[in-house]
Amino acid sequence: MSQVNRLAKGGRIDRSQALSFTFNGQTYQGFAGDSLAAALLANGVDIVGRSFKYSRPRGIVAAGAEEPNAVLQIGSSEAAQIPNVRATQQALYSGLVANSTNGWPSVNTDLMGILGKVGGGMMPPGFYYKTFMYPQNLWMTYEKYIRKAAGLGRSPTEVDPDIYDQLNQHCDVLIVGAGPAGLAAALAAGRSGARVILADEQEEFGGSLLDTRETLDGKPATDWVAQAIAELQAMPEVTLLPRATVNGYHDHNFLTIHQRLTDHLGETAPMGQARQRMHRVRAKRVVLASGAHERPLVYANNDVPGNMLAGAVSTYVRRYGVAPGQELVLSTNNDYAYRVVLDWLDAGRKVVAVADARSNPRGAWVEEARARGVRILTGSAVIEARGSKRVTGARICAIDAKAHKVTSPGEVLDCDLIVSSGGYSPVVHLASHLGGRPEWREDILGFVPGPGNGIQQRIDAGAVNGVFALGDVLANGFEAGAKAAAEAGYKAVSGSLPQVEALHEEPMLALFQVPHDKSTARAPKQFVDLQNDVTAAGIELATREGFESVEHVKRYTALGFGTDQGKLGNINGLAIAARSMGISIVQMGTTMFRPNYTPVTFGAVAGRHCGELFDAKRYTAMQAWHVKNGAEFEDVGQWKRPWYFPKNGEDLHAAVARECLAVRSSVGILDASTLGKIDIQGPDAREFLNRVYTNAWTKLDVGKARYGLMCKEDGMVFDDGVTACLGDNHFLMTTTTGGAARVLEWLEIYHQTEWPELKVYFTSVTDHWATMTLSGPNSRKLLAKVTDIDLDKDAFPFMSWKEGLVGGVPARVFRISFTGELSYEVNVQADYALGVWEQIIEAGKEFDLTPYGTETMHVLRAEKGFIIVGQDTDASVTPDDLNMGWCVGRTKPFSWIGKRGMNRADCLREDRKQLVGLKPVDPNQVLPEGAQLVFDPKQSIPMQMVGHVTSSYMSAAMGYSFAMAVVKGGLKRMGERVFAPLADGSVIEAEICSSVFYDPKGDRQNV
Amino acid sequence: MQRYSGFGLFKHSFSHHENWQRMWRNPTPKPVYDVVIVGGGGHGLATAYYLAKEFGVKNVAVVEKGWLGGGNTARNTTIVRSNYLWDESAQLYEHAMKLWEGLSQDINYNVMFSQRGVYNLCHTLQDMRDAERRVSANRLNGVDGELLDAKQVEAEIPYLDCSKNTRYPVMGSTVQRRGGVARHDAVAWGYARAADALGVDLIQNTEVIGFRKQNGAVIGVETNKGFIGAKRVGVVTAGNSGHMAGLAGFRLPLESHPLQALVSEPIKPIIDSVIMSNAVHGYISQSDKGDLVIGAGIDGYNGYGQRGSYHTIEHTLQAIVEMFPVLSRVRMNRQWGGIVDTSPDACPIISKTPVDNLFFNCGWGTGGFKATPGSGHVFAASLAKGEMHPLAKPFSIDRFHTGALIDEHGAAAVAH
Amino acid sequence: MLHIFCPYCGELRSEEEFHAKGQAHIARPLDPDACSDAEWGEYMFFRDNPRGIHHELWVHAAGCRKYFNVTRHTVTYEILETYKVGEKPSVTAAGAPDKQVVAEGVTA
Repeated sequence: MSQVNRLAKGGRIDRSQALSFTFNGQTYQGFAGDSLAAALLANGVDIVGRSFKYSRPRGIVAAGAEEPNAVLQIGSSEAAQIPNVRATQQALYSGLVANSTNGWPSVNTDLMGILGKVGGGMMPPGFYYKTFMYPQNLWMTYEKYIRKAAGLGRSPTEVDPDIYDQLNQHCDVLIVGAGPAGLAAALAAGRSGARVILADEQEEFGGSLLDTRETLDGKPATDWVAQAIAELQAMPEVTLLPRATVNGYHDHNFLTIHQRLTDHLGETAPMGQARQRMHRVRAKRVVLASGAHERPLVYANNDVPGNMLAGAVSTYVRRYGVAPGQELVLSTNNDYAYRVVLDWLDAGRKVVAVADARSNPRGAWVEEARARGVRILTGSAVIEARGSKRVTGARICAIDAKAHKVTSPGEVLDCDLIVSSGGYSPVVHLASHLGGRPEWREDILGFVPGPGNGIQQRIDAGAVNGVFALGDVLANGFEAGAKAAAEAGYKAVSGSLPQVEALHEEPMLALFQVPHDKSTARAPKQFVDLQNDVTAAGIELATREGFESVEHVKRYTALGFGTDQGKLGNINGLAIAARSMGISIVQMGTTMFRPNYTPVTFGAVAGRHCGELFDAKRYTAMQAWHVKNGAEFEDVGQWKRPWYFPKNGEDLHAAVARECLAVRSSVGILDASTLGKIDIQGPDAREFLNRVYTNAWTKLDVGKARYGLMCKEDGMVFDDGVTACLGDNHFLMTTTTGGAARVLEWLEIYHQTEWPELKVYFTSVTDHWATMTLSGPNSRKLLAKVTDIDLDKDAFPFMSWKEGLVGGVPARVFRISFTGELSYEVNVQADYALGVWEQIIEAGKEFDLTPYGTETMHVLRAEKGFIIVGQDTDASVTPDDLNMGWCVGRTKPFSWIGKRGMNRADCLREDRKQLVGLKPVDPNQVLPEGAQLVFDPKQSIPMQMVGHVTSSYMSAAMGYSFAMAVVKGGLKRMGERVFAPLADGSVIEAEICSSVFYDPKGDRQNV
Repeated sequence: MQRYSGFGLFKHSFSHHENWQRMWRNPTPKPVYDVVIVGGGGHGLATAYYLAKEFGVKNVAVVEKGWLGGGNTARNTTIVRSNYLWDESAQLYEHAMKLWEGLSQDINYNVMFSQRGVYNLCHTLQDMRDAERRVSANRLNGVDGELLDAKQVEAEIPYLDCSKNTRYPVMGSTVQRRGGVARHDAVAWGYARAADALGVDLIQNTEVIGFRKQNGAVIGVETNKGFIGAKRVGVVTAGNSGHMAGLAGFRLPLESHPLQALVSEPIKPIIDSVIMSNAVHGYISQSDKGDLVIGAGIDGYNGYGQRGSYHTIEHTLQAIVEMFPVLSRVRMNRQWGGIVDTSPDACPIISKTPVDNLFFNCGWGTGGFKATPGSGHVFAASLAKGEMHPLAKPFSIDRFHTGALIDEHGAAAVAH
Repeated sequence: MLHIFCPYCGELRSEEEFHAKGQAHIARPLDPDACSDAEWGEYMFFRDNPRGIHHELWVHAAGCRKYFNVTRHTVTYEILETYKVGEKPSVTAAGAPDKQVVAEGVTA
């Protein structure tokens, strides 16, 4: 069977290029230029899927973005699977593999369909809210079966081989849609010299002109399309984007365009080429020329394959050379739909009859059809389709649309194709993305976009604007393009438009749901939203149950929640709800559309920002050395920091024990470059420090350094670090690694908004300086080998700094200590750092210099009771809670940040959680960091928790485990016991003690 | 109230479902109520239900400016969990969790509460410490919670990239197995129907435009359709709470921000549980219809537009693709925004106010849906007695003066 | 995504370069120690949060790093002006024609 429905001639396809593809395992042929849907129809494929809820067979209905049924799985390999591709929007390529998403064992004989037939009666909207409740514990079981029926297509289970990119663009005029209005707008705007982007979702530009019967200047419309495109292509400021859907209209005229670069060629892009591109466009003006979607009529069994949109059939005939059937019946309420009759006759097929709901239609195409011998039943409509897997007949009755009544018994006519047209819905989606409400126009029986109200700088043109006659559409588009360019600051250039012979059209008649001789509830199903199996009866039921708001109706029935977002069904659903409540469509209102206009690939939104590029990686100048020396890394903010340096297959604990002992007994080296460094200069620098730190800075001499605590206004600690006085008006502040950016922003906000009178400047120098910490009793001896600085303990005492050469490079050396050992922090310009580091490593060999990482640093500082902000604190800890009252300048004249906050009632409570040390009773047991503590381990749950472990380690130097913890009133509980009840049921008992475990007098750092 | 059951459905199918009753009336407001609740979202409707059912206060009206359940109830990502860090919040959310666990039967409406498990991934050593701290606190508070290592996570969450190739490799996770999702609309409708059946008047399309006060006490609400008297008024208006407080003459420590969410097209089940990552900044679950339901953090600016900025959506999907690279070819169907009233400590305000007899229940920020039954229950108790329920007491407005905040930022799914 | 005019750079730039920092014109009390707990709490936490015209503080974080003020409508998101720190807004809720009509058009 080959292309039974392919016409002998016609269409914009390349018959010299046959393409083979498979659908549900069967191989078919199509032509280049076909959409997948066109190729399926050409091959006589009626059933493309089974419906979501009732498992009814479904066929192709439409030819574009509004298609609800032909939603297929594409992909020949696992990694290339693409779920939910609309066959009407997928270009055919050689080797395309498509499958239906539902139906078992196949879409043609689906066993679920039997269930749908039998059980369908029990599945009105919201049925699941009314059942599956008892017994309570069975819901998860019920749900398991409900979930089996979930979804359309499936996600690949392998990683996407494709790449996606993003392009930021600015333009004067973005034109949405390259149909007659959009092309005319582009010509007008482009000729003015404006920077224009013209985007269209289809494979080629032209929109309705690609399949219209009408002529421009007496020639086929496609001639003018080609001519317009050629002119636009020659304009340097005009960008043409086919296969590009403007899918979201965001604030301040920011729009996203989802462009498919290679989807028409194959399922994956050639190596190195992006599959899709997201254009992020800021447009001065937007011309919305998105056209209109034809609405079907709602009649009984209108979902049987062979029920299609009238205009879609014209598209298949004229654009693709495909006639999806033999004998056609048209049910319409308007003139324009008659084009399908003429197209069908031109294709050599038979028109059985036209049922026109109007009493006396006399439009030009109506008359032409009549003249060609077509039987037209006026005042009538198809009230019911016959057939199960394919239409076999249409029941046509006389109706009274206003009274919603069938007025004659009617007749059943044999046919295999019923096409309907209930009018045209302007594609208002983008216009309502920012909340603009569409407005109902009774004359066109459709919603047009509401005004932009200054929120959208938008001009509407063509069908979306309620302008339908081709000549008017072109003029409207041209005018819109010229206006947009003028508003963007360009001088309009006039130009002539092609002549269009005006078509005499008569008004349409309001008809949405066709009456049936049975009540809606009892008639065969009349589908409103095909993808979600929403019926007219369902909508009536919703209103009967009290769902009167349009949003309630939608949510209760799922109307419009499919991947087509109700492009075909929403207006009909609205009209049915309004009728069933006896109110007008205007009173009923409409729902808002949200992005996206059509679905967008996750990968295209994410762009290149995943994996390696998900977040910036920051490395220090010594990274290469760390890697070479086998460091394991820890993520700290964006930094990669050496965590520990395992040797000979050591695990974390063994390595850390070794590193700790090395520092305590000889000397170790740490890369501390990641600490935030802020250079602070200005005559008021010192005063500024007084205000942002809790402690006093007035008396810090040049050459000295001091530890400082920083609080927020609530008195809670948020950062700490050592700041050195480099000169009278010059300080170098260090911050925590993760807090650097936060602190700089903090300093800036206070300076700029509160104290602009202070003369002070802040510059981040984190990346400019690399820092290597030498720590341990041999650090002085080691440093002496590579520096010209006098390291004598009196000449260079603790908490001071010196300038000099280290490894031959200018350096600032700070004698400060985070380990409690004699320590020097060597700062050199980052470019020299690796060389200096290597020299120190070389010089350190005789001392068995040991590189150590953050874990060892954590252990060593904890042995000394030094806090790590963010680990030993959260945002609820004051300096007093940390027992760091010594670091609070209570008598400073200026009420520094945090002072008032830490004096609030709750911060003065005696039983606040306070930082203490813990010594497990069993010295081999290490408390888990984070473990909650109780005073009484025997109490029942919920237990009274009194704090938690913030830091906990095994100390190699001391030979026992220890921890830091916050405990309620802990500072007054020295020697008391706390208990950590663990997940495995065991309890660790510990004694509350001072948080300074090692060298409590601080002798070692002062040697 | 017409009782719902599978048998009922079967029976009604013979009459073509023509005889289902209204779920709620469309009443004309009475001149005065014992309690008027402003805001017909999940929390307000739950409050009304529990007032009538548990506390014997049946002369109650819920005044809603739009349609029932049309605010954040209709816009959230439906996650239910109670694994909060601090005692006060853990107890409040666990109270809600226990009510969730029988809610469908209690209100005879299937809210499809599905305890699929909620995972909070850890990507750094500090994440692991925080997780241990939280799980440990949960356990001792009687809230279920487990800490998993990277291997266990890999075994339990298919398709999650647990390799070292990711920017922030997964180191472990907490899991609350009783956590999960529920059908958001059904919660509002179920409570509405049950409250209506107990005599509560649900007054839709009526906007409160002011509060009438006498001697420092509220005596009713001015609406765009006239005055409605009330002995007590409870305001449960989420994102619009700041606005309502303004009408009542005071300020709240709240800022209303856009919170965005998105869904994919429906696909066959691939995500079985709720997976959240604070560090990578996104969370995901899959509905019974097959939509992947995805969310992230709030937008930085104040906004009542029920929409946010596009780059927030980009970051969210980057996080999702980073966590689940296999989902890269799946497509986003819709995105939208809600208005969340964020408080400085990421905890709600359930409190008396400077105006006597006027109570506020707000500040739920990004976490309101999961609290719906508990919030409604304790607020109903407070409105009925005129005194705050013990579980609500720590959530008084006063804490922003005394400093007794309950800082849950660390416990929120996504820091903000 | 908002388009924000930085009054220091003199250019319209995309929101990604900026951070919102909350309500503008919240001055730190000159004598914090004289504030009651309640007054200090008000300063730290209580905000106007209007549904309508709002004065906000923003920072051009990935630009000039300057803080500045924005008068913005919180429903329409329309930016009515930006101005430097220390300057007063020229558009205020009391003074400007209210954008109520627009606002109602977009709330649902």
